[in-house]
Amino acid sequence: MDALIPYITEPREDTGVTNSKICIWLFLASEVMLFGAFFATYIVLRMGSTSWPRGWEIQNVPLGALNTVVLITSSVTMVMAWASLERRDLAKFQRFIGTTVVLGGVFLVIKYFEYSAKFHHHLGPSTSTYLAIYFTMTGLHALHIIFGMGTNGYFWVTGRSYWQAGDQLLLVNRVENAGLFWHFVDIVWIFLFPILYLM
Amino acid sequence: MVGQHQGGQTAKAAQHAAHPTHHEELSFWSRYVFSTDHKVIGIQYTVTGLLFLFFGFCLMMLMRWQLAYPGEAIPLIGTWFGEARAPGGVMLPEFYNELGAMHGTIMVFLGVVPIGVGGFGNFVLPLQIGAADMAFPRLNMFSYQFFLLGGLVMLASFFIPGGAAQSGWTSYAPLAVINPGQTAWGFGMVLIITSSLLGALNFITTTIQLRAKGMSFWRFPFFVWAQFVTAFLLLLAFPPLEAATVMQLMDRLAGSSFFLPAGLVVSGQPMLNTGGGNPLLWQHLFWFLAHPEVYVLILPALGIVAEVIANNTRKPLWGYRAMVYSLFFLGFMSFIVWAHHMFITGMGSAMATFFQTTTMIISIPSVVILASLLLSLWGGSIRFNTPMLFALAFLPMFGIGGLTGLPLGLSTPDIHLHDTYYVIGHFHYVVAPGTIFAFFAGLYYWYPKATGRRMNETLGKLHFWPSLVFMNGIFLPMFWIGLAGVSRRLYDGGATYGFGPQVTGMISLSSWSAWLLALGQIPFIVNFFWSLRHGEVVDRNPWQATTVEWQAPSPPPHGNFDRAPVVYRGPYDYSPPGYAVDFVPQTQEA
Repeated sequence: MDALIPYITEPREDTGVTNSKICIWLFLASEVMLFGAFFATYIVLRMGSTSWPRGWEIQNVPLGALNTVVLITSSVTMVMAWASLERRDLAKFQRFIGTTVVLGGVFLVIKYFEYSAKFHHHLGPSTSTYLAIYFTMTGLHALHIIFGMGTNGYFWVTGRSYWQAGDQLLLVNRVENAGLFWHFVDIVWIFLFPILYLM
Repeated sequence: MVGQHQGGQTAKAAQHAAHPTHHEELSFWSRYVFSTDHKVIGIQYTVTGLLFLFFGFCLMMLMRWQLAYPGEAIPLIGTWFGEARAPGGVMLPEFYNELGAMHGTIMVFLGVVPIGVGGFGNFVLPLQIGAADMAFPRLNMFSYQFFLLGGLVMLASFFIPGGAAQSGWTSYAPLAVINPGQTAWGFGMVLIITSSLLGALNFITTTIQLRAKGMSFWRFPFFVWAQFVTAFLLLLAFPPLEAATVMQLMDRLAGSSFFLPAGLVVSGQPMLNTGGGNPLLWQHLFWFLAHPEVYVLILPALGIVAEVIANNTRKPLWGYRAMVYSLFFLGFMSFIVWAHHMFITGMGSAMATFFQTTTMIISIPSVVILASLLLSLWGGSIRFNTPMLFALAFLPMFGIGGLTGLPLGLSTPDIHLHDTYYVIGHFHYVVAPGTIFAFFAGLYYWYPKATGRRMNETLGKLHFWPSLVFMNGIFLPMFWIGLAGVSRRLYDGGATYGFGPQVTGMISLSSWSAWLLALGQIPFIVNFFWSLRHGEVVDRNPWQATTVEWQAPSPPPHGNFDRAPVVYRGPYDYSPPGYAVDFVPQTQEA
């Protein structure tokens, strides 16, 4: 298969990009439309409601803020992982990508505590429209975090074998794409945090 | 840099030439079932799509009995559906609703889109741009498997307690939310949307990256452009429906109220939801997908028709560039016309004016494309073979479908016509005698490329003429039925209303045409299988065509071409002055 399909590792000369680079940007465009529909729903439902709770009345804002810090930090370590690869420093890459995965895990653990506190108080998607959209959007976002941890974890584990097989460039490209996805998930949270916790 | 790059390509081409069929030892499973070859996946999509199309048609034939002979037992097969659905062979309203909802869902999402994009796009597009395969072969395989799984979930929904979805293919809230069959529908849709997302990523990347040397964008056949724009629509329009479907599933399964107001009473029992949701929000999200979806249904068809017409008139397409610009304009505009499906939901006149204006504007590029195809016929040496007959029939059918849409796009006449059989007639003219005729044209046209044999012409014509007559027999009366005021989802075809007696004759005509249309497909089914073994054996280029796919062997091996093709000219160099032959392939040097 690799013999058949060109431009997997080397960019095509007249477009200047590899196949997967186009693919990941298209995918992110599609994701923008997906989350865009949820944000639009949030606006329509909130505008049409007679009463809408303030985020801080229900949410634990410090925990949400902490999670925001955790995710932004993980985006920094993601860039560092990719930059270490660009400098062909495998050990450093593995440290940073490992940190990124762990920070994703920390985010999910904090999210788990937030969720379970709500369930403990019998607050669920059926309680109010605000909570319905809170659980749907953060749930979908958490699924994206899990998927991103999966991809990053995969490169953490298999990075060495790419190295030994001499596929450095391929790994750099793939980690860059995984990074684009991770940053996107991070950016979605940066929008979710204010509209669900602070407004 | 340039030299290096070309050197790399030549080395790769040599590699192809040395091992053109080095995957021959693959097992049956990996060659036909879990294949990553775009041609096999294209054929899988086409065959599965045709089966779903036939199944959706069968649902419709049952509905046509109830419409023509309301309350009478279905003859011969009436007892097959069980006492719960058709006691004594007489169809219950709930069963009729299941058939209606699933007919629409299956035809659109499991029949037409998979054949037009997954089938023709997969098989033809990489060949036409001179690529060895799609950019992501494994993703391509997953795309088919998600589609198949989604289709199986939809089929299985008939057998779960509560039956299949009953709220129309549009699944409007709040009716859809209280219907148990909607859960399976939702899960099926999520799988199908995933499939189309993977497909769209693959199509766009392949088109941009895997073009053969010399295949610049303005040398693309029109079919490639059509698929390219379609892929963008799939990529950007489907996610909002996915979001809407997720929220509808939440409403059903987690007790939320995204689309539900407070105070609903279901079967005499108050519904204990919090309310605060917005039923119109579902309509907005649904039509934000479903209007671009209309163009997903029609653009691949236009692409196929353009190829067949250029080939069989033996002259270049008239207005090729204008057609391509129109495609892009269509694709863009299709995102800002959706609310013309919602004129009677009580929207303000300012909004209605905006959406009727954009709707009138979007008809212009459609007319440009259709007029260019018609003008392409002028002065051509037309060959009336089966693909060409279907392509020619497409033009007036699509024309009728498009023109009857104009009164629907204007908010005032739409008040009278909305949700009547007029609407059914309108969009079926676009999709049934329109898109499906184009698919038949494409099937007859590319069948020799896929199999190495041509389909039988006599059987082809026996297929074409009854199809043309009976398609019109089904849908033409619907305009009158609709203008008489018959609403589209009436279980008895309006028999109990005052206008009932005036239209029963036309409803029966429509129903009998549907059943005869089914008989008219027998020559096609026979032809399809008979020609696999007994069709006339053909060489690489049986239609004397210019585009690159005809330079590959028939059927093309894994990797498609003997050596990497190089393109020297535009797509439709038919009857060029100064040549002894009436076509010059794109790969021929100047």
